[in-house]
Amino acid sequence: MHHITLKVNGVTRSGEVNARTTLVDFLRDTLRLTGTHVGCEHGICGACSVLLDGEPVRSCLIFAVQVEGQSVTTVEGLAKPDGSMSVLQDSFCETHGLQCGYCTSGMLIAAHALLASNATPSEHAIRDAIGGNLCRCTGYQQIVEAIQLAAKRRAGGER
Amino acid sequence: MKAAAFDYSRAASVEEACALLARHGPDARLIAGGQSLVPMMAMRLVRPAVLVDIQRIASLNEWRVEKDFLCISACVRQNVIEREAALSEAVPLLGKAIRWIGHVQTRNRGTVGGSLAHADPSAELPLVVATLGAQCIVRSFRGERTIGSESFFTGPMSTALQADECLVEIRLPIWGAGRIGTSFEEVAIRHGDFALVAVAAQVALNAHGVCERAALGVGGAAPAPVAFPDLSRHLVGTQLDDAAMQAIADTLAKRVAPMSDLHASAAYRRHLAHTLTLRTLRAARDEALTRS
Repeated sequence: MHHITLKVNGVTRSGEVNARTTLVDFLRDTLRLTGTHVGCEHGICGACSVLLDGEPVRSCLIFAVQVEGQSVTTVEGLAKPDGSMSVLQDSFCETHGLQCGYCTSGMLIAAHALLASNATPSEHAIRDAIGGNLCRCTGYQQIVEAIQLAAKRRAGGER
Repeated sequence: MKAAAFDYSRAASVEEACALLARHGPDARLIAGGQSLVPMMAMRLVRPAVLVDIQRIASLNEWRVEKDFLCISACVRQNVIEREAALSEAVPLLGKAIRWIGHVQTRNRGTVGGSLAHADPSAELPLVVATLGAQCIVRSFRGERTIGSESFFTGPMSTALQADECLVEIRLPIWGAGRIGTSFEEVAIRHGDFALVAVAAQVALNAHGVCERAALGVGGAAPAPVAFPDLSRHLVGTQLDDAAMQAIADTLAKRVAPMSDLHASAAYRRHLAHTLTLRTLRAARDEALTRS
């Protein structure tokens, strides 16, 4: 077993992990942060996306022991400090950008990272940013609209 | 968790990594970004007893532009190619290839050296390395050696690396200033998937539009990415007119050795190799013509 310490959503957390424990299993099973979903477990579906030191990555393709000392943001960390939804999350509701919700946390992480680096993304940039995230419900159109709406609302000063 | 159990060691230096490899032999595997290795471990196609983590070794996370080479250390992440314009300025083909590689989440984590050591015959970075004739610098406790790209890739997921060796650096030749044009094209089922076939081309033209130098390579159509220096030489002295390119594409399509699988037949891959060869050569020529 390995003892690891990392920052998750701004809070220092630690735990004991087997070398083969993936980051997503550590987040869900040890830290009980079940907002991050585990789908294919081999890097295809994107459901497990989290931010690692600010960049979107697949947490099923990283062993928890590898991220010792690093900083992770999960979907739980995207909400406002009072727990209410961010503009991006609210925009997913507004445009019906989710149905079953399984892919949603990964989509939100991908979209959040996009808007952090590109405040006015083109539709092409949006589709590229969520290109590694599978959704079997929406057909993607409403997700694209959600991110467009969030960009517009953020440009108007909302957060 | 889906991977079989293993012991984990984080190496602080290349020397330490090489010592661990020497001690554990073929039971040990290096991990950097893990974007190819971890899926293989999840499917238990690979079951290393020891995983040696090299991603935090500082000397493996550097890149530099020398006079004749762009030198990229093995653990430099693929997203660095997107972010640091100097890499694509030195080797423009890298900038063309990067947008075809996986997705933002995998490029943020995947490394240049990892893609090469994994050696998927359809992968983009191995094709760039093969096309340009790059040098692969590898180290072990026995010392350092340089492997040319023509002998580095030995088959599907196979390289000339020995079990105790660590790929430490890739040296990509810089063609210098001038009328250089590049193109990278591929056909995949979905964007971000591995290519059915990919083709890379780089040409240099003189002031009169005559080709002075050319490089051409194909991925996904043979057990390893393959360059065609002899065919490229036939382009030198031509104006890269359609007749010259057609002859090269015809010969190339006969010489590739594609396989049939669930995704595409060998005949379709051969067709793609022909079509994409014409398309990349034209695009590279047209780009070179815009430069003075």
